Amino acid sequence: MRLSDTVLLAAAPVQGNPVPYRAQMATTLGFHIILACLGIAFPSFVLLAEFVGLRRGNETAMRLARRWSQSMGVLIAVGAVTGTVLSFEMGLLWPGLMRTYGSVLGVPFGVEGLFFFLEAVFAGVYLWGWRRLPGWAHFWSGIPIAVSGIFGAMSVVAVNSWMNTPGGFTMKNGQITSFDFWQVYFPRAAIYEMPHMILAAYMVSGFLVAGIYAVGILRGRRDRYHYTGFALGFIPAAILTPFQVFVGDTAARAIASDQPVKFAAMEYVANTSRQVPEWLGGVYINGNIYAGIKIPYLDSLLVGFGPGTKVIGWNSVTPADRPPAVWLIHLAFDVMVGLGSLLLLHGLWALYTWWRARSWPGPQLFWWAGAVTGVAAVAAMEAGWVVTEVGRQPWVVYNLMTTTQAATTNGGIFASLTIVIILYAVLGAVTIWILLMLSRHWRHADSDETPVPYGLPPTSIAAEGPVGQVES
Amino acid sequence: MADAVGAILLASVTLYAVLAGADFGGGLWDLLAGTTAQGRRPRHLIDESITPVWEGNHVWLVFDLVIFWTAFPHAFAAVMITLALPLWLALGGIVLRGAGFAFRKEVEQLSHQRLAGATFALSSLMTPFFMGTVVGAIASGAVPAVATTASLAAWTSPTALLAGFLFVAAGGFLAAVYLIAEARRRGDLKMESYFTLRGQAAAVVTGALSLATLFELQNSDKFFFDRLTGRALPLVVIAGVCGLAVLALLTIRRPIGTRVLAALAVAAVIWGWGVAQYPVILPGTGITLTNAGATEATLVAVVAVSIAAAVLVVPSFILLFVLQGRLMLGGGEHGAPPPDGPRPYYPYTGTPPPTHPGPPSPPTRPGQPSNQHPTSAVRAAVLGVALLTALARRLRTR
Repeated sequence: MRLSDTVLLAAAPVQGNPVPYRAQMATTLGFHIILACLGIAFPSFVLLAEFVGLRRGNETAMRLARRWSQSMGVLIAVGAVTGTVLSFEMGLLWPGLMRTYGSVLGVPFGVEGLFFFLEAVFAGVYLWGWRRLPGWAHFWSGIPIAVSGIFGAMSVVAVNSWMNTPGGFTMKNGQITSFDFWQVYFPRAAIYEMPHMILAAYMVSGFLVAGIYAVGILRGRRDRYHYTGFALGFIPAAILTPFQVFVGDTAARAIASDQPVKFAAMEYVANTSRQVPEWLGGVYINGNIYAGIKIPYLDSLLVGFGPGTKVIGWNSVTPADRPPAVWLIHLAFDVMVGLGSLLLLHGLWALYTWWRARSWPGPQLFWWAGAVTGVAAVAAMEAGWVVTEVGRQPWVVYNLMTTTQAATTNGGIFASLTIVIILYAVLGAVTIWILLMLSRHWRHADSDETPVPYGLPPTSIAAEGPVGQVES
Repeated sequence: MADAVGAILLASVTLYAVLAGADFGGGLWDLLAGTTAQGRRPRHLIDESITPVWEGNHVWLVFDLVIFWTAFPHAFAAVMITLALPLWLALGGIVLRGAGFAFRKEVEQLSHQRLAGATFALSSLMTPFFMGTVVGAIASGAVPAVATTASLAAWTSPTALLAGFLFVAAGGFLAAVYLIAEARRRGDLKMESYFTLRGQAAAVVTGALSLATLFELQNSDKFFFDRLTGRALPLVVIAGVCGLAVLALLTIRRPIGTRVLAALAVAAVIWGWGVAQYPVILPGTGITLTNAGATEATLVAVVAVSIAAAVLVVPSFILLFVLQGRLMLGGGEHGAPPPDGPRPYYPYTGTPPPTHPGPPSPPTRPGQPSNQHPTSAVRAAVLGVALLTALARRLRTR
């Protein structure tokens, strides 16, 4: 009896502890979300460059569009397969969730699949049609990619919003008995989560593009090519930043009422009270907050525009229903808000200089900051996902199903987690290396050609001829 | 309504198999193309044919998964727990295949191209094989209604393993047949005969594996076998006739309509599977299309999404394939400028081009197709058949 218990324990060493499963989901999602952002928004930047190139006959913008499109090919391919990993993991890691709620949350995923199709098909046309599709026809073949990117993102975020504010169905004895499409696709949280994520995708893509050219400018390549590249990424992203700050602020207030425990963790509110202070930074350990800056009344003011606003604390629910690691949620929230504010200031600096001098800011500091905007936007976006996902724990479907109930009963999670971490580290490193290699190649050869794999040089492909000598 | 969703699921599985299956088969031929110098031309053709379409084709898998978990969540959860290992391995193949293929295009050093290419080619075998074992395990009733733990035995049964090999071979068969047409389009006679040989070999191996699977089923799963040779018999016959017709057309070097026939053969196998186990989703359990955990409203929503997909996605795919067929894609940032002069153009559906008049294909002679053109590949294939029959006999006696 005891022996068989031990065997069972070894086979399923993490029964009841969802942390390793969450770690694997977090690794794969945290990796894919960067590519997803680029998949949603980067095509729009490529199209913007192509539009400028076609409309104004701007050769530099056209060259940028062609080169970005080549990077886009790599990014979409890696994004497509890492996204598939997540589809599989929904079942392989969370069969409990899918068994009960698959028929509800699956429908927005189905809508997403529809847009994923359009994105992939038109990406095939756009990426590989540069040479033989006429200019504007080629431009228009890219529009469906940008549009379906937005609708696809809405559909996936719909699922996450539904997990945060579930609704649109009824249940009897653990069986779904009714289903309402619109309430499932647009749960309460969707109103703020959808724009928040889509704006984040555009900011991540735009600032990443801008960051690459800011590095070039810092290295002394102060030419038209680099300033155009910087502008095409930076200007749209900087314009969207204030809207993102507004949406984020609205979202935080809505979370205070939709998911009060998550909000309490974000703001270090232990007990439900009025005149709640705002904590900037700080680590919460056993009821004490270390190294934080306290601003009296500010949290109450932010939630209800008055210092007397009541804010619900996490002590309103039993310890088992509170999220773990409130310090992580709070610090992630502060990182997101802080980086977002810095990005806003950076954009305002450019705006001010443009207003006064009709030029880019001169100081090196602006370009140093510009070089890291992309990384900052990625970090802010990842921190935001930490807030919303860790903040929802221990629930996978808020107040309805715990993550433990959702997790698979299979063992072997540490093996798959290890493999995933190694594989994704290699995948990420190779992707970045290839993008850097493309950029080096463009810079040195100043040519858009790369040889086809194992291929013949372009001219001799159709011709019959001795293979192997053609390269000499 | 559940039946309609079941049909939609089977249809999108079929599309995944006949479209993406061929992309995986391309990886098989890439792997078997020999050394760098020998393999230049076939690898180039494979690369050009797969590049613009593989991502679109791949999405069918995601769509299949979503329909499966939305419409039949109880069956989905049981499959995901019981067959976790082959599914993880298939997934690994998908990641490595896509990444390897995309990276090979961009890297410049030969050694890097080789590494990325080998990753692409080897992982192209993993995914169809393990997908095949998953289908084989489901069909052979190895997935319980309520699963708690992964099972190794479920997908290492003879049926499941045979299904895995069958999927690999069928992908290679489809790829070879499609690549013949790609070569013709480019006027590349050398590659046309190169892939004709491989198509013949793959047709023979695929046929032999299908027969071996049937024999095995007769032994191990009498109920399923009776269904296959009962209500699903027309589909089994269609699969066989189409496969033999392709083989015959390839052998007389008239690859006209072969792509449609090859795809039909594979589709008929898949629909044969579906019809044979209808209305049960997980054979051996009580989980059917109607009681797998979704409400009527969900099923209606799935049908609506699928209709929207048909309206929006099918024309897009047709556009993609037509552009690909006219060699409008694939130049891009990477490839070749269009060759001079008019190119031979055959529509994607494979209607006979006017430049190839000829007598209608002679009636096929089932039983001895491989004797018509005794080439080395066919001889190897015959050897394969003999081996597989022996294997099937071994399995039958167990």
